[in-house]
Order: sequence, then structure tokens, then C-alpha cells
Amino acid sequence: MKEPIVSMKNVSYAYEEKTVLDHIHFELPQGSFMGLVGPNGGGKTTLIKLLLGLLKPDEGSIELFGKPIGKFKERNKIGFVSQKANTFNRGFPATVFEVVSTGLTAKVGYFKFFSRKHKAKVLEAINQVGMLEYAYENIGNLSGGQQQRVFIARALVNDPELLILDEPTVGVDYENVRRFYELLHQLHEVKNITLLLITHDTGTMTEHATDIVCLNKTLHFHGKPEDYTSLTEEDLSNFYGHPVNVVAHNH
Amino acid sequence: MFADFYQYDFLRYTFLTGLMIGIIAPLLGTFIVVRRLSLIADALSHVTLAGIAFGLMVEKLFAIVFSPLYAGMIFSVFGSVLIEKLRSVYKAYQEIAIPIILSGGVGLSVIFIAIADGFNNDLFNYLFGSVSAVSQSDFFMILTISIFVILVVALFYKELFTLSFDEEHATISGIHSKRIHLLFIVLTALVIAASIRIVGVLLVSALMTLPVAAAMRLAKGFKQMMGLSILFGELAVISGLISGYYLNIPPGGTIVLVSIIILLISIVIKQLKFPKKVREAK
Ligand SMILES: Nc1ncnc2c1ncn2[C@@H]1O[C@H](COP(=O)(O)OP(=O)(O)O)[C@@H](O)[C@H]1O
Ligand SMILES: [Mg+2]
Repeated sequence: MKEPIVSMKNVSYAYEEKTVLDHIHFELPQGSFMGLVGPNGGGKTTLIKLLLGLLKPDEGSIELFGKPIGKFKERNKIGFVSQKANTFNRGFPATVFEVVSTGLTAKVGYFKFFSRKHKAKVLEAINQVGMLEYAYENIGNLSGGQQQRVFIARALVNDPELLILDEPTVGVDYENVRRFYELLHQLHEVKNITLLLITHDTGTMTEHATDIVCLNKTLHFHGKPEDYTSLTEEDLSNFYGHPVNVVAHNH
Repeated sequence: MFADFYQYDFLRYTFLTGLMIGIIAPLLGTFIVVRRLSLIADALSHVTLAGIAFGLMVEKLFAIVFSPLYAGMIFSVFGSVLIEKLRSVYKAYQEIAIPIILSGGVGLSVIFIAIADGFNNDLFNYLFGSVSAVSQSDFFMILTISIFVILVVALFYKELFTLSFDEEHATISGIHSKRIHLLFIVLTALVIAASIRIVGVLLVSALMTLPVAAAMRLAKGFKQMMGLSILFGELAVISGLISGYYLNIPPGGTIVLVSIIILLISIVIKQLKFPKKVREAK
């Protein structure tokens, strides 16, 4: 078993009175492709915010790359594509190149300017997501699926070891979702990036993921996709709190 | 005008000051507009007015000669820090900081004016701008502010841009968002204090936002928008100064009108140029 890149021990979190995460134990092994599923309001985004240091747990401890989160400084090892990414201000006049370059700002550091090498890096990340021909277009003029890829490029420009994506396929059409999974597959297999993907699209996700976690205030399931797909409808409706139909994709 | 330009110091100071604020006001304005903080500029200009009124009061009561602009600058910077404080106290209602600071500024101004028993002409110049008001000491103060602002923006451009585009992402990636934001607000306060001599308290936020609003419709990318904003800002300021000198109109009025005309033209151009694209995007 490989060492975990992320580990959460006994973590709880509440917004004011409302407990959203209740004593979570969770490990993300290096090299895995983990799908995180759960009902809306189940605490998935909150869990990610804890991992990213945007929120502090009320209880329990979090380690990233073997270090307590307070001591972890190599932020550029983690790439993040936010759930909010596709609701950004469309009128913001920034080119794809400019947006992706913001991913490097912290790495380049204060009082320093982008070098030619950094610019090449930005173009490489844009190319990786297949958006090179749009590099100098305003991001507001692109489609939702294209914007999503730009935000992935922004996360990739640092060469992260862990990539976290929060519901990246919401509002993206079928063809682009397929291309999106191809890209994730490639990042995982070729570049060896550990992936943590939050999605409702369990059908397609279970085909690619190596691990699946179900979260609804507590962890309800943590295992392999095969075991997840063999869960009965009853198990799932207990978990979601209402009946669900598992949509299996047959290819 | 150009013969006079060589002859009269004050005209030279006014003109050069105008050129400088035509750069720095839209420069900071680009960040202000994209971050939807336009009203902060208005609040700060009214705090600056309180500082100026305070300076005029001290000058009149104690017969000390000192430029009220310095007091304006100190009030403005202080007000900017206070706005940030209030915004962090009222996290869910951040815009409430603006009426608090704005009305506070106006209230203080009225009190200082009353204590000093009125200032007549001077105050009018500060409200709407003037072409004959820039003294040598004002000029050097505004020059220093301009150089400082341009250097800091150049040095922190990538952080300011990253923060403006996506604050959450900036914070996650390890940028000190709060400190950079504070730096930005203080720069804004300085630019407002510097611009008030020419544009006036009531119209300074227009010079920071209208050229940007026009540039936004036409530019590809942020840097291009910045360049276009400065170009439009200069056009407006120069028109304001020339008409101010020949027609004896406070330059603030012309600056705003020219900015609005540029804005209207940019909207028309955009619609002539990209009517198809606009429909496609919908
Ligand atoms: N900033 C916040 N303040 C108060 N409650 C919040 C906040 N963010 C999320 N919540 C609540 O916490 C719960 C979990 O939210 P979230 O982590 O976003 O769930 P998910 O991402 O799984 O849909 C929800 O009930 C939501 O209403
Ligand atoms: Mg969520």
C-alpha cells in the first residue's frame, strides 16, 4: 500500500450550529483516482475546503504529503478546480493565456516577473487541455466546456502531484464530458497525477476511478468501484435519503 | 494655449498633473471595475473631501500655510483602511461599508466647513476641479504619488491580477490576498487624493471607472484593457483641461462628458463590429 497523499483523522466541521462533517476518517493513496460522491449538501465541498486550508477543522487532524496541514507550504503540489469556476464573471476581460498564468503567480513569487520559461509553461498547459488555438481569446467568449478546460490548465500549470476537481462536469454537454474523462485518464496514467474528483456522474466516473468514497455528513462507503456498483438500491437510498436509480452506462 | 504654457508656471503644473492622473486613475480603475468596487472610489473621494475641509479649516483658523491636499491624502488613506475593517466586520453585507464611510466623510466635511465659517471659491474648486489650482507643492506631491503608484502596480501586477480574477484561487495558491488587497485599497486612496485637484471630489470616481467601462467593451485581454483605459482617460483629461482653460468650465465636467461620449461610441462600435458574436454567445 502506497503512502497516503492526504489523510484526515477524526475530522469534524460545523458552520455555526450545523454539523456538516462528523468524525471523518479518510485517506487518499498516492497514485489513486478517487471519486467522491454524495447528495447535495453532503459536505463534499466543505471537505475540499478543509484540505485546501480555506477552513479549519473543529476537531481532528489533517495531513498533506505527510505533513500536518499547518506546516505544509508547498501549495503548488495541489491543483484545484473549484465548483465555482464555471460561474465566474464572464465579462472579465482576460485572455486564456492570462487566466492560466495566474496559476503560476504564487510559484514565481513576489517581486519577480514572468520569464520566457514561465510563458512556455503556460502555453504547454493550455496545449495539454487542447485549447492552444484559443490562447489569446477572451475567456468570456468560450463555451462552458472550453472554460472548464482552461481552469484545468490553470491547475496543471504548476505540475501538481494532486489534482482536486469539484463537480467539474456540471453544465457541460455529453461530448465534452467524454473528452474531459479522456483528459483525466491521460493525466492519471501518463503523468501519474493523483486525482480527487467530486461528481454526480457516477456512471462514467466508476469506469475510470480506482477508489470511491460516499460522503453524507459521515463516510458511508470507501472502497473499489466494483464494490460500489454492486451496492443494492436499498443501500444507496439509505445513503442518499431517497430512492435512486443507478444509471449504468453500457459501452 | 501653448504660448501660455511656457509663460505660466501654474498652467504647466496643471497640464502635467492632468497627464499624470490620466494615467493613474484609469490604471487603478481597471482593478476597481473588474472587482466591482466602483463605489469604494466614491466613498473615498468624500473622505478626501473631509480631509481637505479639515486642511482649509486649519489654514483659515490658525493662518498656517499648508496644502489641504496633504490632509486630504491622510484622510483618504485612513478611510481606506477603515473600509477594509468594516468589510471584514460585515462579511455578509460588505457593501454597507460604503454608505457608512461616504456619509461619514460628508458629515465631517460639513462640520469642518461650518467651524471655519465657509470657504467660498476654494471649496468649489475642490468639488468640481480647476485648471488654475495646482500649486508647485501640489504638483510635486502628485508627481511623487504617481511614480509610487505606477511602480507598485508594475511590481505587484501579477498578484493584483490574480487576486482580481479569482480571490479564492489566489488564496489557495499561497498569495497573501488580504495584504495585497490592503495595498490595493491604499493605492486607490492615494490616486483619489492626487486626482481631486483637477477632476474634483464629485467626479473623481468617474475618471477611474468610465474609461475602463469603455475599454472593457473593446479590449482583448486585461493588459489591452488597461492600455485602452489610459488612452481614453488621457483623451478625457486633455479635453477637460483645454475647454477649462478657454471656456472657463471646471475640467471635471468636461472630463466626465467626454468619458461618457467615449463610452457610447465604444458601445456602438462593439455592436457594429461583433453583432454576430453577441448573438452566438446567447
Ligand atoms: N459558508 C457556509 N455557511 C453556512 N453553511 C454552509 C456554508 N457552506 C455550506 N454550508 C452548508 O453546509 C452543507 C454542506 O455543504 P457543501 O459542503 O457545499 O456540500 P456539497 O458540496 O456536498 O453539496 C450544506 O447544507 C450547506 O448549506
Ligand atoms: Mg459542492
